[in-house]
Amino acid sequence: MTDLTRLTIAEALKGLKRRDFTATELVEAYLDAMAAGRALNAYVVETPDKALEMARESDERLARGEARPLEGIPIGVKDLFATRGVHTQACSHILDDFKPTYESTVTANLWNDGAVMLGKLNMDEFAMGSSNETSYYGPAINPWRRKDSEEKLVPGGSSGGSAAAVAARLCAGATATDTGGSIRQPAAFTGTVGIKPTYGRCSRWGIVAFASSLDQAGPIARTVKDAAILLTSMAGHDEKDTTSANVPVPDFAAAATQERDLKGMRIGIPKEYRVEGMPEEIDRLWQQGAAWLAERGAEIVEVSLPHTKYALPAYYIVAPAEASSNLARYDGVRYGLRVEGDDLIGMYENTRAEGFGAEVKRRVLIGTYVLSAGYYDAYYLKAQKVRTLIRRDFEKAFEQVDALLTPATPSAAFPLGAMTDDPLQMYLNDIFTVTVNMAGLPGISVPAGFSAEGLPLALQIIGRPFDEETLFTVAAHVEDAAGLDLDPPQWWK
Amino acid sequence: MSVDTETVRRIARLARIRISDEELKPLARELSAILQWVEQLNEVDTENVPPMTSVEEDMPMKKRKDIVTDGDCVEDILANAPAREGNFFVVPKVVE
Repeated sequence: MTDLTRLTIAEALKGLKRRDFTATELVEAYLDAMAAGRALNAYVVETPDKALEMARESDERLARGEARPLEGIPIGVKDLFATRGVHTQACSHILDDFKPTYESTVTANLWNDGAVMLGKLNMDEFAMGSSNETSYYGPAINPWRRKDSEEKLVPGGSSGGSAAAVAARLCAGATATDTGGSIRQPAAFTGTVGIKPTYGRCSRWGIVAFASSLDQAGPIARTVKDAAILLTSMAGHDEKDTTSANVPVPDFAAAATQERDLKGMRIGIPKEYRVEGMPEEIDRLWQQGAAWLAERGAEIVEVSLPHTKYALPAYYIVAPAEASSNLARYDGVRYGLRVEGDDLIGMYENTRAEGFGAEVKRRVLIGTYVLSAGYYDAYYLKAQKVRTLIRRDFEKAFEQVDALLTPATPSAAFPLGAMTDDPLQMYLNDIFTVTVNMAGLPGISVPAGFSAEGLPLALQIIGRPFDEETLFTVAAHVEDAAGLDLDPPQWWK
Repeated sequence: MSVDTETVRRIARLARIRISDEELKPLARELSAILQWVEQLNEVDTENVPPMTSVEEDMPMKKRKDIVTDGDCVEDILANAPAREGNFFVVPKVVE
């Protein structure tokens, strides 16, 4: 039999329905791959018993002809999603032993559609990072390596475990979240497809909060179609999240095809994304992407997003401010780690000193500072005004074009430790992705080529609110035109 | 704006994070670098620009009836408590 982990979700769904193999066989293939792939540190917890139990139920349903949309598809879950009775720690020490008594809406949607849980995936602590190196459980490792090199590279972050696991075939697809680029940047670094949907498309209920006005869940998958299939199940209105949008969820997979014409579509190239010091190969990839879309009938238009360069500094006010508020709940009283102190405040301070890692502390302190008396107007209010301007830039651009094409990241994956000493340099990883979160828009990262060193590079497509379908169509064209072999050599086995 | 070690000590106190004396200097340096970098926002003219207060400005805020929809789950709430006694979380003594 062929290796079942090679199948895309779309292929596996067909094979399961045809009874070419069982859901149990599919899950067993992934459990074997996970066991052989532990060197990648993609999973922080494996849940084989649960996976096999869910697969058995899928097999029964398949036998009865009652298959649900994702029946039997093995999924990895970012550690940020609450999963009932299963390790949920946002890869932080401060949530030691936390096992929620409830299930996040997004994962519940997946299980209700028949998906099978393989385990919890590594990530930057509280989703704060761009390399997965701030995880309490150590970094996840990128399955890709440079040509003729054994140096370990980061898978990106914060959803580094999700991206590494999908790229290495340790799950068929994964849940992820994106606050400033945490789905799209790791997808770009690992040759996978990641979409951050419109703010409000997926419920945030049961997802450990980082920055509430920016956080959005989305999938990472191996193909554009697979990402569309997953998002269709994950999305939907939820009364438990007041910011969840009450809008219909289309069948995204139907839009994820290059058979949909690009004729009459206008694609914008934002000139401000041509940043200083951008590697030439990224610029070339970008031009290549535009040429592909033009060949297929789209009209390419240069547009201007004048406030682009201010998105990242504004983000580093808004996100830490919201984080400092959201993370106030970790006090050693109701759940997680507790370190005793001389008195109540001493207990809080000791618990948070030991429980939070360096990057989380840095951001909580920045957030506390910008919200503190006398500084609120100068920092937070200013940033929120800049955010309005960023949003207006996009609104104006979308009067002229249907979608925007940009690079996904300013570079390919970098070695472990290359940026850990310089937080500001690390933050620049999100320079092309963060604007999208600030404006609440959807953005997709799709592999489009390789660097000179043989590492995957990606393009990003940005769309109007709730127009993920256009993103899937354009991304399907890029994927088709690029025609890449995105199967890294399995050096970890 | 650059922050000094005294400011770091004050913010850390507000944030309820114990910071050792050795950590103060490096933190002051890192936070100053970040704050100086975000100061480029001052180049932007935001006169008469309203702050963005909601990502979904066009969407009416959802409301629900003010009724109890949940409850009777004391065990769930206490299930992850580091210290409990009966139906209570235990904290260090607050009042002598």
